[in-house]
Amino acid sequence: MTAKLKVDKVFKIFGERPEQALALLAEGHNKETIFQETGQTIGAQDVSFEVEEGQIFVVMGLSGSGKSTLVRMLNGLIRPSSGSIVIDGDDVASCSASKLRDIRRNKIAMVFQHFALFPHRTIVENAAYGLKVKGMGAVERRQKAMQALDQVGLAAWADSLPASLSGGMQQRVGLARGLATEPQVLLMDEPFGALDPLIRREMQDELLVLQKRLKKTIVFITHDLNEALLLGDKIAIMKDGMIVQVGTAQEIVAHPADDYVAAFVADIDRGRVFTAETVSSEPQVMQLNSDTAGDAVKTMEDQNLNAVYVMDGENIAGVVTYQTAATADRESGSADVHLSDVMLTEFPSTNADTQLADLYGAASGGLPIAITDSDNKLVGVVEPEAVFAQLSGPAPVSDSAETEIELAAVR
Amino acid sequence: MSPSDIFVIPFDDWINTLVRGWLVPNFRPFFRAVQVPITQVLNGLDAFFAFVPMLAMTLVFALLALKFAGRGMAIFTLLGFAFIDMIGLWPQTMTTLAMIVTAVLFCAVIGIPLGILAARNDMTWKVLRPTLDVMQTIPSFVYLVPIVMLFGVGMAPGIIATVIFALPPIVRLTNLGIRNVRGDLIEAAEAFGSTPLQMLIEVQLPLAMRTIMAGLNQTLMLALSMVVIAALIGAGGLGLVVNTGLGRLDVGQATAGGVGIVILAIVLDRITQGLGDQGKVATVSLRQTLISMFRPGASASAALGKAA
Repeated sequence: MTAKLKVDKVFKIFGERPEQALALLAEGHNKETIFQETGQTIGAQDVSFEVEEGQIFVVMGLSGSGKSTLVRMLNGLIRPSSGSIVIDGDDVASCSASKLRDIRRNKIAMVFQHFALFPHRTIVENAAYGLKVKGMGAVERRQKAMQALDQVGLAAWADSLPASLSGGMQQRVGLARGLATEPQVLLMDEPFGALDPLIRREMQDELLVLQKRLKKTIVFITHDLNEALLLGDKIAIMKDGMIVQVGTAQEIVAHPADDYVAAFVADIDRGRVFTAETVSSEPQVMQLNSDTAGDAVKTMEDQNLNAVYVMDGENIAGVVTYQTAATADRESGSADVHLSDVMLTEFPSTNADTQLADLYGAASGGLPIAITDSDNKLVGVVEPEAVFAQLSGPAPVSDSAETEIELAAVR
Repeated sequence: MSPSDIFVIPFDDWINTLVRGWLVPNFRPFFRAVQVPITQVLNGLDAFFAFVPMLAMTLVFALLALKFAGRGMAIFTLLGFAFIDMIGLWPQTMTTLAMIVTAVLFCAVIGIPLGILAARNDMTWKVLRPTLDVMQTIPSFVYLVPIVMLFGVGMAPGIIATVIFALPPIVRLTNLGIRNVRGDLIEAAEAFGSTPLQMLIEVQLPLAMRTIMAGLNQTLMLALSMVVIAALIGAGGLGLVVNTGLGRLDVGQATAGGVGIVILAIVLDRITQGLGDQGKVATVSLRQTLISMFRPGASASAALGKAA
């Protein structure tokens, strides 16, 4: 996939003589020393990353980590001291003012933390601002703006003023404004930071829905790790102006690059990071028509399982627990007990990409959860204990790789 | 022992030489030319106001007062203007009105662009601020003399003096209003590719409008206060009535002129203040601008209430 946005060795020094600070940086001094010696602040140090088309790239860090500086360098609101920022062939870092204006009008749009809606303009005029600045005619831009408002569900409020909208609605207008110009890259600077938790959740889900449809390339800034894990296809963690680690949510949680990242991820909801796939195991199954309860008991004893799934050919017929099978087998004496007499036809099932947090209910039943694919075929099971094991500590990479291979073989 | 024992600076001689010896002879044509647009506008307005019948004018003002300042003010306008007519000062009031409108017009035309430039450029503001300070603190009598020397006597020089005196508020408040527009809105306008001109017209001016209107209101008030002084160098209208009365120790005439000025001032003040309050949107009001100067955390556009 092509890199839509390429950031290469970007530095930003705030001060009178950036070359001096750059030289000191090259010698290896750190932020505090440089500030004490020159009075200049390092906003960003040697930042390099690539964002692919259609990806949500999350930049994460605490206050002062340089993430807001970074996002503003991507559309030239702040000019980098050195380095290049290439969007679709244009270097934002070193282009002329008029080229920059051109890029801002056509290629890149921004959504702000405090909405930044013009209070003296109606909602549709706000959404159409980027188009107006480009010189689009009134009728055409109203039409396009209404389309964008439609996408965020606010078409009915087109002629109201921002003051009559709630925070969540205002931010949706901000989003519509960003989408109206059909940019190639959308920058979002902590867009949900000023919203209350319920609305924030709603907006995050809405963004994911929109993204499924529009497949925009998005650079998303946040300090909320859970938000980053939910939204980010790729996450970059920043500290003191440097990127400390880049990776998927699972990579970062499973293998934090240093103590800072480890401390960061210590408090996250691991249930939202890992999926059923990461904790699944290969299913041991019984056949409904050929196996008996006694066979099931033996299998379960051999494999040390609490329950096994019963298949009817290719399809799942039910699940039988050790206790039920063993009791029935003992009481029947020498007669064979048919599996259909002891199995439960109600069983928990899920998809491979369901998050662990959504499996708690299913796991609480005590039965292994069946992982089914789109054809409803059994591809794996999740033992309830495995869910807890994953929640409590980092999972070594080798286990999930093994499971991947097993799952591939089963399919 | 004091510095004057060592060296005496013949400051007054230098100024005399500068103005009489250099400025006046070399630039007289230029100064005469500057008067032309002023006289044109003034004469046009004067003729127009004199032409409109008293009742029609009163009605127009009363309606303006009703729309922008409320019913009480509308009634005051009717009664006040009727009173002015009944004491026989209507033509002079119309002359003064023409002068004031001309002066404020030129103040706006010069002052608002200056304020905009100052808001964009710190260096411009650095130079402009002390200039405005001087213009506001120098007693107006002091610059009457050079004005007479450069422009002669009459209505136009009177208006020029008024413009110099009344210019600072509109410049200051335009500068302040524009600077106080919310930073994140400027950022948003820039992020979507606005040129500086687009930002000015679409975002900055509309949002600074309330503060600018407050500046216009203050400029208007200062212009009115110059009416009597302008009359000293040949401007007519109510100022002349007051001056003549004072000169002849005719208390009645001076008071009549003064009352006319006061009534005009109140009506114009309330109407222009009301103009500034218009709009249901939170633009930068003067009150919020002032508060934001003293409390750095307070947002300049937080209030939706009335202007100061």
